[in-house]
Amino acid sequence: MSMLHLVNKSPFEKNSLKVAISCALNKSAILMIEDGVYGAVSDAKHSDMVKTAMNKSDFYVLKEDTQARGIDESKIIDGIQLVDYAGFVELSTKYDKIQSWV
Amino acid sequence: MATKKFMYVNRKAPYGTVYALESLEVVLIGAAFEQDVSVAFMDDGVYQLVKGQKTDGIGMKNFSPTYAALGDYEVTKIYVDKDSMKERNLSLDDLQHLVWEDEDEDYAEKNSIKLVSRDELAKILDEQDVLLNF
Repeated sequence: MSMLHLVNKSPFEKNSLKVAISCALNKSAILMIEDGVYGAVSDAKHSDMVKTAMNKSDFYVLKEDTQARGIDESKIIDGIQLVDYAGFVELSTKYDKIQSWV
Repeated sequence: MATKKFMYVNRKAPYGTVYALESLEVVLIGAAFEQDVSVAFMDDGVYQLVKGQKTDGIGMKNFSPTYAALGDYEVTKIYVDKDSMKERNLSLDDLQHLVWEDEDEDYAEKNSIKLVSRDELAKILDEQDVLLNF
């Protein structure tokens, strides 16, 4: 079964991103929202962990939350796809289940 | 009333929780009481000062322009932790340019933000009379 993992906490504050990555099997995806979007920034503390995990899972980040936090698209790790709220809904319907790492 | 040294320590990102907004409001209220106020940003708190925040998409108030008013309230000492910036791939250029006008020097514009090491921050914390944490 395919799963969409939602991460809404900063990787500096909680281990949600790390746990999501560790539980993500093939055919799964990780969507970063709210403070979770800080995990999508390149050359930061958790970037290597994310880049390695991208070999296995698809990564998405919610555009509205990156814009709110002043994160320019150029600062987002190459290969992470930006989605808007409509894209969020689409992803929610595409995967069998959603696991939210609150 | 004797003046006390007040420091507000900010360690949370701006929109995921209400801490950052609450802190900013308390800093501005506190500044009206003419105390010696300084503000520190460390850990995820450094994200509060990142420039270019646009919150239309998430339907929340963008309170980041308010930081620019701190100088007018004579909050002129803003300390930002260097280590926290580095591990987030942030540089001074990524932050708002916050200034204050020094009336003793013909209202010369001066930078409010000072990047400090963890050791320097520890000493500054130690000098305070009152610490308020957000």
